[in-house]
Amino acid sequence: MTRLAKLLRTMPPTAVFGLIVIVIYLVVALSAPLFAPHGQAEIVGAQFEPWGEVYALGTDALGRDMLSRLIWGARNTVGVALATTAIAFSLGAVAGLLAAALGGFVDLVLSRAVDVMMAVPPLILTLLALSALGPGVLNLILVVALLDSTRVFRLARATAMNVMVMDYVEAAQLRGEGTRWIILREVLPNISAPLIAEFGLRFCFVFLTISALSFLGLGLPPPMADWGAMVRDNAALITFGDITPLLPAACIAVLTISVNFVIDWMLHRASGLKE
Amino acid sequence: MSGAPAGQRHPLLRMIAARLGIGVFTLFVISTLIFLAISLLPGDIAQQVLGQSATPETVAAFRRELGLDQPLFWRYLDWIGGVLHGDFGQSLANGRPVAALLAARLGNTMFLAAYAALIAVPLAVTLGLLSALWRGRMFDRITNVLTLSAISLPEFLIAYILMFLLAVRMGWFPSIADPGASPGFGEMLNRTFLPAITLVLVVTAHMMRMTRAAVVNVMGNPYVTMARLKGASRWRVVTRHALPNALAPIVNVVALNIAWLITGVVIVEVVFVYPGLGQLMVDSVTNRDIPVVQACALIFAAVYILLNLLADVVAIAANPRLLHPR
Repeated sequence: MTRLAKLLRTMPPTAVFGLIVIVIYLVVALSAPLFAPHGQAEIVGAQFEPWGEVYALGTDALGRDMLSRLIWGARNTVGVALATTAIAFSLGAVAGLLAAALGGFVDLVLSRAVDVMMAVPPLILTLLALSALGPGVLNLILVVALLDSTRVFRLARATAMNVMVMDYVEAAQLRGEGTRWIILREVLPNISAPLIAEFGLRFCFVFLTISALSFLGLGLPPPMADWGAMVRDNAALITFGDITPLLPAACIAVLTISVNFVIDWMLHRASGLKE
Repeated sequence: MSGAPAGQRHPLLRMIAARLGIGVFTLFVISTLIFLAISLLPGDIAQQVLGQSATPETVAAFRRELGLDQPLFWRYLDWIGGVLHGDFGQSLANGRPVAALLAARLGNTMFLAAYAALIAVPLAVTLGLLSALWRGRMFDRITNVLTLSAISLPEFLIAYILMFLLAVRMGWFPSIADPGASPGFGEMLNRTFLPAITLVLVVTAHMMRMTRAAVVNVMGNPYVTMARLKGASRWRVVTRHALPNALAPIVNVVALNIAWLITGVVIVEVVFVYPGLGQLMVDSVTNRDIPVVQACALIFAAVYILLNLLADVVAIAANPRLLHPR
């Protein structure tokens, strides 16, 4: 407990801010039905009602309550991004560790495949894949996860390679331990710090990608509240000097900035405060 | 290794030739991927274009017309052969040749990207240098927080904030970047200012952070300490001792970020309703107009690969160790 208190005390203000914001988002996302005054697809009034007593942040192009949709959006958008990151991360980490541990042919094939995927901007490949597969949440999650796993693969492979040449790994191999044991007991514990930081970075990246795609009209299907699509649907209001459409975009930005602040601090700590 | 002048130039040329070879090969693999992604995936293009109500005969006839009854390998040769001659096939949505659709928009996108790059590159490199020079001081800490925030913002938020402030509130620039019918150069610069400056903000943050990292990395070397110890000024140490050695990574960073512009361009074009390649691609993805998507993807991929290739070649050429092999 004292170590935790000390850790919190030595945190820079940006990291504290980041952590607090992340916790708030998680609470709102988990208990969206408690906070939201209305349902996400519920039409409660006229189009584009102004901010006021009845509708705190007004209504959208279809007359749905903006505040409620923002709250539901936290659950939907963050949920989809988290699921995608988790898939991308497991896929990339497992493939990267296997490539490092097995080497040879497996490593060659996986690495070349990743090289090819990384030779093209991810957004372009995502658009290509979505036009072939058709839109839909599942396709969106799988495509973004697969393309993003390439970055995790690179990092996992590179860090695991460094550990694989250590004496204790050789000792384990000579003892006759299997690949699985070596990966889980020797390699993974030693590369967990960079991998955890990478998870945060990947989350930011995936979150922004998915928001961008839903802004482009390729995100979650319509009745669901989704921050990127909410910006697109209400963008016309901006030309009338109303900033409501910027709110969902700001929700996206505040979360990614917070996560980045926390990661920045973690990386700084992991690098032994070199700078 | 001693040798004739020809032998000395050899390693550099060989490395560049090798990189070019890899680049061409990557482009080939990507073109295959783009072709296969559409051909091997579930769903029949002919069925989708004609709708569920089409009779099997019409579908079969349309498939023949598209050449879908040919073996995959021949279709690929046919497609890539056409592409190399500037023939990208016909749009499924309106039957017009894809090449004509692209021609009108490619110029617009290139103009926007070049506009943004010309502002962003000098700005980012200067700021990155200053921030490396004043490492740990106020300027550095503030730029760190600012750039970290800018990286975390979705492109469309930056775009709409600028649109709100500069177009709606101030009325300085048009909120919709439609170049219209052949405007003058100055008029074009004014109309595309908002999308360009959005791209500048997005890219500068990345480029600046990477430039700073590259210079800081070089500053840790013993010869920099040596230069400081012999009494050279801070500015001189950075410009004369650190910068030449950081040049290769900086060039790499610049090319990498110009390639990054490509992704930004898609979203920014949609926000400002700018008739460029990115908007065309997004529209075609929504309509599932496959030939247009393929053509756009191929162009974006080719530009991206070429820029990365250029970065590699310049980085190799700027490396003194490779320029003067022992």
